[in-house]
Amino acid sequence: MGEYWNIKPELEDSVKQHFSAPPEAEVELEFEVPEKDFNTAGRGSSEVKDLLKRLGVDSETLRRIAVASYEAEINLAAHSKGGVMSCMIYDDLIHLRFLDKGPGIEDITQAMIPGYSTADELVREFGFGAGLGLPNIQKNSDALHIQSAKGSSTLLELLIFFSAP
Amino acid sequence: MTLNEIKTLLDGEVLNLGPGLDALVPCAIASDMISDILMSCREPSLLLTGLTNNQVIRLSDMVDLVGIVFVRSKRPLDDIVEMARERNLPLIVTSKTLYTASGLLYNAGLRSSDI
Repeated sequence: MGEYWNIKPELEDSVKQHFSAPPEAEVELEFEVPEKDFNTAGRGSSEVKDLLKRLGVDSETLRRIAVASYEAEINLAAHSKGGVMSCMIYDDLIHLRFLDKGPGIEDITQAMIPGYSTADELVREFGFGAGLGLPNIQKNSDALHIQSAKGSSTLLELLIFFSAP
Repeated sequence: MTLNEIKTLLDGEVLNLGPGLDALVPCAIASDMISDILMSCREPSLLLTGLTNNQVIRLSDMVDLVGIVFVRSKRPLDDIVEMARERNLPLIVTSKTLYTASGLLYNAGLRSSDI
């Protein structure tokens, strides 16, 4: 079982507190992400961005959330047997959770290297497979957690604060 | 530079007008890789691309695109143009290649999007 954490140092306390005792979310949304369905992939991220915009989240934070969420949603469609995207919105942050049905990431450290990709031909035809998905998610998140193993499901979750606590 | 000037420079055809061609375009990005585009659009940008699938329009939900130029005469299907209409997103098609189209706009003073 491989595990990967990346937390912005200045937010470490807030992130640890959130994961150790998550409060009840103000809003919870869930979206099915089917395997290789690029007609619907991305809808969840669009809806989440629309909702947060209506809630008054600033445009730069919105962009970071949309990019990280969309990359992760596309990863589910492109690389997994499908899965579920869950979105928990709190007063001060958003927690996005992507849980798939496998086949798992053999080496997470390698998958984090910009340019490394296992995308197939169909995925590449759509313009994906640059090997920048996970680095782009990390760049735009305040905290990123990935848990996976070859042959099992992958859990990717991220936190983005609406403004620095 | 306005979208109208861009259309003239690229000898382009408008597939969707959006809010009109008088809108000012501050900068541009040219790429066929979606992650590249996501990484480079930190400000409102024109996208030049050879991709014509629905995910290119979906991109405009995530980052601020002021319009899309499809190169090499690649035309998106009607349902993709419809998606752009719903989003009020201008679409232009040009016969020029990605390299030539980018060069023409760059020489005319359109800067690259900040990464």
